[in-house]
Amino acid sequence: MVKKFFERFYIAIILLFLYAPIAILIVLSFNASKSRAKWGGFTLNWYKELFQNEDIMSALTTTLIIALISSLVATILGTTAAIAINSMKKTPRTILMTITNIPMLNADIVTGISLMLIFVALKFTLGFTSVLLSHITFNIPYVILSVMPKLKQLSPNTFEAAQDLGASRVYAFFKVILPDIFPGVLSGFFLAFTMSLDDFVITHFTKGPEINTLSTKIYTEVRKGIKPEIYALSTLMFVTVLLLLILINRRGAEKKAPVRKV
Amino acid sequence: MKVLNKSTKQIENSSGHGLHVPRVYNVKWLSFPYIIWMAGFIIVPLILIIFYGLTNKEEGFSLENISLIADPVNRKALFLSLKLSLTSTAICLLLAYPLAIILTNIKMKSNSFIVLILILPMWMNFLLRTIAWQNILEKTGIINNMLAFLHLPALNIINTPTAIILGMVYNFLPFMILPIYNVLIKIDKDVINAARDLGASWRQTFIKIILPLSLPGVVSGITMVFVPSLTTFVISTILGGSKIVLIGNVIEQQFRLGNWHTGSGISLVLMVFILLSMAILSKSDKESEGSNLW
Amino acid sequence: MKKLTLVFTMVLGMCLLAGCSNAGEKVYVYNWGEYIDPEVIDLFEEETGIKVVDDYFESNEEMYPKIKAGAVQYDVVCPSDYMIQKMIEEDLLTEINFENVPNIKNIDPSYLKSSEQFDPGNKYSVPYCWGTLGILYNKTMVEEPIDSWSAIFDEKYSGNILMIDSVRDAFGIALAYLGYDINTTNETELDEAKTLLQEQYPLVQAYVVDQVRDKMIGGEAAIGVIYSGEAIYTKRENPDLEYVVPKEGSNVWIDSWVIPKNSRNKENAEAFINFICDGEIALKNFEFITYSTPNSIARNLIKDEDIKNSTVAFPDQTVLDRCTTFQYLGEEVESMYIDKWNEVKSQ
Repeated sequence: MVKKFFERFYIAIILLFLYAPIAILIVLSFNASKSRAKWGGFTLNWYKELFQNEDIMSALTTTLIIALISSLVATILGTTAAIAINSMKKTPRTILMTITNIPMLNADIVTGISLMLIFVALKFTLGFTSVLLSHITFNIPYVILSVMPKLKQLSPNTFEAAQDLGASRVYAFFKVILPDIFPGVLSGFFLAFTMSLDDFVITHFTKGPEINTLSTKIYTEVRKGIKPEIYALSTLMFVTVLLLLILINRRGAEKKAPVRKV
Repeated sequence: MKVLNKSTKQIENSSGHGLHVPRVYNVKWLSFPYIIWMAGFIIVPLILIIFYGLTNKEEGFSLENISLIADPVNRKALFLSLKLSLTSTAICLLLAYPLAIILTNIKMKSNSFIVLILILPMWMNFLLRTIAWQNILEKTGIINNMLAFLHLPALNIINTPTAIILGMVYNFLPFMILPIYNVLIKIDKDVINAARDLGASWRQTFIKIILPLSLPGVVSGITMVFVPSLTTFVISTILGGSKIVLIGNVIEQQFRLGNWHTGSGISLVLMVFILLSMAILSKSDKESEGSNLW
Repeated sequence: MKKLTLVFTMVLGMCLLAGCSNAGEKVYVYNWGEYIDPEVIDLFEEETGIKVVDDYFESNEEMYPKIKAGAVQYDVVCPSDYMIQKMIEEDLLTEINFENVPNIKNIDPSYLKSSEQFDPGNKYSVPYCWGTLGILYNKTMVEEPIDSWSAIFDEKYSGNILMIDSVRDAFGIALAYLGYDINTTNETELDEAKTLLQEQYPLVQAYVVDQVRDKMIGGEAAIGVIYSGEAIYTKRENPDLEYVVPKEGSNVWIDSWVIPKNSRNKENAEAFINFICDGEIALKNFEFITYSTPNSIARNLIKDEDIKNSTVAFPDQTVLDRCTTFQYLGEEVESMYIDKWNEVKSQ
């Protein structure tokens, strides 16, 4: 059918649009010539240079460490907060949820600037810690918003039932509630991790001279002229993420799309 | 074994849904770490911006920073930003909606595969993706090289507003596709079938049933595209050659040059503007409470 | 529970690792981009055991507020002449203890004398590099040899011009072309310059600072505004490029090392400056960054006769006579310049 053809064609075009630039980056990572437009022959040189480049490697490590720690802390703070908020009356709940939404609604430039202002006001030297604290701050809302729906889906009586059967509060939490909301907690964690990895603006405003994340390092390179090692790095990142996502998809829970009844 | 009989107290469930931790056990304290964090890192910083925005260098209260938004330079930047971000949002919507519909009709083994394919570019570093476009659009870039090969005149897109729009659409399109797609697949096929059975044409079904039901997703998508594109300074720096000055660039420049008061003033105006538009938008979507992320 | 404990220990371990890099002697250097040979830094670290933490800025106007705000404490910074003048006036710098910088004797006295324009008594600064501001053009992409600023305002090069993204330099060029003093405070003259720059806007391919090098080497533009120090490097990479200081006059500048008042490692800073002033090191640095050095020992050691006597790197008096140094014009006039520059760029 013509309709089917157009549909497939449309999808293909969009996918082409989305992936063309990435394909170009990958191709350029093997380009022997530093120039962007001329092909100078196939080489693996840039990959070698990449691993020897101290600056980029340390930026990569910093990025990963910050992402990991900030999402862990955010997950803990966010999950506990979500549980607490969910048990509140309507008014305090609405207030807290509104404030939770602020970092997400606000432009990240405003969030970044406001965080910088407070660090400076407290005479807190900008560096690794200031970036870490900022990342935790913008990660928590994502965790809360991932966990809340799961909390809402829980049966109200499970907790009580567990305790009726003799469980202590803590035991009931870890054995009964946590497993049920775990998908939400996990997706909150991954969401926070992703947001932290990709962040540029907030890190840009809250970092000190010693710290560079991948994004800020790339930004400084843009102004000077891109080193081909960056292309090698981007290719490796793409392949890593592709493999990860395929793995997760294979193992992953089937998303039950809850049917929306009107 | 201890038998806890406090739990059998009947307590009115005022929240109406979800995990009901009997208030006797008072888990509100669990939120204290978060509240302290929030106060310190969200509320106080915002107050600081308000403070800087409403004072001038001599420590006096002043509206001059706010009025700076009316300054011709800033006004131009603001209007340009609005123009570009609205255009990009509209383009994203026009491109994303049909795609979402097509995707919901595809029978695939698991629809998370689709989500995966669409998310994947998002996982590439935002700057790298934008830089890739610089490569494509440059005077000596890919497109112009191909055109030169075909003896066609060169396209001068780089460093113009068009390049910026391209960059915005490219970066934010997945954010528009996903929410709409997520809402569309949750629509019960039975509802659509019922409508058809009752004699509605495809067009009527679409306008009366699908469109209204998809609105929360649309609103979500618009939010996730409009705000970042309005306030970006990275895209305009990389693809604009410092010739295109958006409101994000103005704010970033003010802070880089140390003019915290003027920078905060402009940020304040921008913040209020965004919050107002979001409030208006969310009127049409009361249920979500912001949980329409995925 | 065990898994959780394991994860927490790992995280803690990483935190400690991240914090570990903070031990030992350090010196925080705040410099222009690509303005020092990385091998020179390595040599310094090897010889003294002091770790160099470097940060970069693109313009004096960007560097200044960071020093003023003090959110980050830098030990040694490399501003330009007029900015040093401003920082001295605002008491942001500390006097250098020259007993720790004996290599200052390697600096040619004529540069120390010029420095007195902005640092009377030479108490706060040590000259690092100097040069002129001029036009770099690609011989094969222009119609005739360029010798005037008119080329960057000329319609026939529309879309092929790379203009410098720096307020004083841009206005300095416009003012020089119009025949005015590049340090003028006269608003009418500034408005004329502004109009000229506004008319140039549609002809400009991009406003750049550091990127101009690679773009000119790559042949992406025919004409660029550039500091003389870039000229040698770019010509080396692309022999079609020529540098000229236009006949209407231009700017001659000195960048010097200074130590901010809130520096925490002053002696390390002085050791750093002293190291840079060593003749052999200065020579090595010069060969990498190709910016003119005020170090007379280094100059004499330059092996390549062409470069040693290059009029680009070491212009003769006729060129220098038509160049002026920027002065600090005071906060109000500075704001005026910046406002007008913003008006130019926001079209």
